Amino acid sequence: MRRITAMAVASAAVLALAACGSGNSGGGGGGGGGGGESTDVEVFTWWAAGSELTGLEALESVFAEQHPDFTFVNGAVAGGAGSAAKDLLQTRLQAGDPPDTFQAHAGAELQDYIDAAQIEDVSDLYDEFGLTDAFPQDLIDLLTVDGAIYSVPSNIHRSNVVWANPEVLEAAALDPAAPPADIDAWIEDLQTVQDSGVATPLSVAAPWTQVHLLETVLMADLGAEAYVGLWDGSTDWSGAEVTGALEHFETLIGFTNTDRDGLDWPDATQMVMDGTAAYNVMGDWAVAAFEEAEIERGTGFVEFPVPGTDGTFGFLADSFTLPVGAPNPEGATAWLETVGSLEGQVAFNQAKGSIPARTDADPADFSEYQQSAIESYANDTILPSLAHGAAAPIAVLNAITDAVSKYTAGGSDLATLQSELAAAAGS
Amino acid sequence: MRRAKSWGPPLLLLAPSVLLIAVFVYGLIAVNAGTSFTDNHSAAQANGVAPISFVGVQNYLDLLASPDFQHSLKNLVLYTAVFLVGTLITGFVWAWLLERPIRGEGIFRSIYLFPMAVSFVASGVVWRWLLNSNQGEAASGLNRLFQIVGLDVLQNPWWNNITWGIAAIALPAVWQLSGYVMALFLAGFRGIPDELREAGRMDGASEWQVYRYVIFPQLTPVLLSALIIIGHMSLKAFDLIMSISRPSNYQTKVPAVDMYVFKSSYDFASSAAVGAILLIIVALLIVPYLIHSSRKDGR
Repeated sequence: MRRITAMAVASAAVLALAACGSGNSGGGGGGGGGGGESTDVEVFTWWAAGSELTGLEALESVFAEQHPDFTFVNGAVAGGAGSAAKDLLQTRLQAGDPPDTFQAHAGAELQDYIDAAQIEDVSDLYDEFGLTDAFPQDLIDLLTVDGAIYSVPSNIHRSNVVWANPEVLEAAALDPAAPPADIDAWIEDLQTVQDSGVATPLSVAAPWTQVHLLETVLMADLGAEAYVGLWDGSTDWSGAEVTGALEHFETLIGFTNTDRDGLDWPDATQMVMDGTAAYNVMGDWAVAAFEEAEIERGTGFVEFPVPGTDGTFGFLADSFTLPVGAPNPEGATAWLETVGSLEGQVAFNQAKGSIPARTDADPADFSEYQQSAIESYANDTILPSLAHGAAAPIAVLNAITDAVSKYTAGGSDLATLQSELAAAAGS
Repeated sequence: MRRAKSWGPPLLLLAPSVLLIAVFVYGLIAVNAGTSFTDNHSAAQANGVAPISFVGVQNYLDLLASPDFQHSLKNLVLYTAVFLVGTLITGFVWAWLLERPIRGEGIFRSIYLFPMAVSFVASGVVWRWLLNSNQGEAASGLNRLFQIVGLDVLQNPWWNNITWGIAAIALPAVWQLSGYVMALFLAGFRGIPDELREAGRMDGASEWQVYRYVIFPQLTPVLLSALIIIGHMSLKAFDLIMSISRPSNYQTKVPAVDMYVFKSSYDFASSAAVGAILLIIVALLIVPYLIHSSRKDGR
């Protein structure tokens, strides 16, 4: 009996310890960047696995070539598609212990760091490194906040892409080579696919992918100008146009898988590969998943801009910053030079599967899909992505994600969703 | 002088822990409360760039008036109810079964206790798959199992039900902690001398009456401990929910998840207010117990 009591007490103690342990597990990564005269450059990212890690390694070797006096220190934090890294970064910046440079989504997501005076204006470096001419004007405009630029983008991804399984489409007597022209036509096709016996015509996953879908529907229905207006206040969230887009969103969600909230994006893309779903809307990092599974573009999968968004390029970019109080600002500047350089961008993006932010890269160096993305990037109107931090600060994105999740889980109706979106964007 | 002699050494020995607890527990609770009374809702304010002003209990009023936070609180109550009742009943029945000397008791005890050794995060990943909400053709996990054994009617959306979903997340929690409650009850059972039961039987009590009037009253302190331990774990539920669901999933929101989302949105004031509300709820559970046990010690 004693022993059982002791066992119970001991296990309670273990539980308590375990609880403490999980509380501070984020603290390990700190202190990587060296002190005063160190040549170490701590580069803080959430690129810890897969094609992102390969990309970072490629960038690291270009950095070693261009700046042999500095030592690259990998400060990558894995987990939660960057959320673990962002949490740790928030803590470190607040404690006055910034890394030498950190990864952040370019655009509005930087606003919090700017407001908190945690990152430096790097416009001078743009002139020094000749980036002003190398990046397209649309992109420079989206990066500029009150006349200043706070980060150097390393790569560009496209968000408004539909990935489809041609076999499933052909079985439903649809032509994979002729994508629908607008959302209404797409809904008809989805209905056709459903009637042909496919349970999940359109696959989605966790709430952020639902927000991703919503943003592309907004782009399609509102058009480029009104979509940008959603983020600068010139388009009314309560207006009839947005209502129409939300009605489309409602119909689209009706075609999706019921287990969406428990999945992550690769699961949803996998459904298209397996033929259990016909379409999936996902950013063009999905192409790496198809390539990994050795599925051929054209025969195994087809991709096209989300219907109604042809001619626009939903953009999101990773970028690097110069934190206020970086232990080694010269090293960080050298890193930014490598990130912005043609060699750096080509090496990184060949490995990661994204495209260079610079327009002077030779498309022939890239894969077939990337070449088509490079072409669109050069010719289309560039729109900021909501789900990936280009269009709105993190608090707005969180509020919108909550509202969308509440709606798709059945906790609110379309009118409530619209008023909650308006409130979220207004805050 | 003599007083100092008898007070001095204990005080000296206690001082370090008193000091640490004063700073790191009560000091930080005070800081948290202070933050929750301000309008610290943005990144600029959180980093001292923009001014912060005192707004009294406004954050608490806003939170309690928000339908979303009410939904979180309702989820918390439901989760706690299922978790508590589930572990207490299962744990008690297991302990009762193992109480009579049976062969292989040690093996059963270990089997029932093992799930507790698994971390919530690890088991959450497996349970996320088991609790897949697809039904019909696309079903997997438990819903698929129901189909295989012909119990198709039992298929359900698990945690994706907006009202009852959170109860599905309590299932793995019950599975993990029932063994622990069993160990507590088993210790309680073994602590009751056989003489008492025999005396009861001698006096003509039926087996039920022996339980009702001899055993159960002596198990009350164990029940209370189990209630407190499981109850406060349940109120702090976070890791299991995070690994089965996701912070932004509306159907499985609880206050601890809200606190996390607020914090990552740089809304430190609201986050602190949620933390304070959680602390008050836990205190409502623990303080009466502490008063009760200190009275008993005083007697």
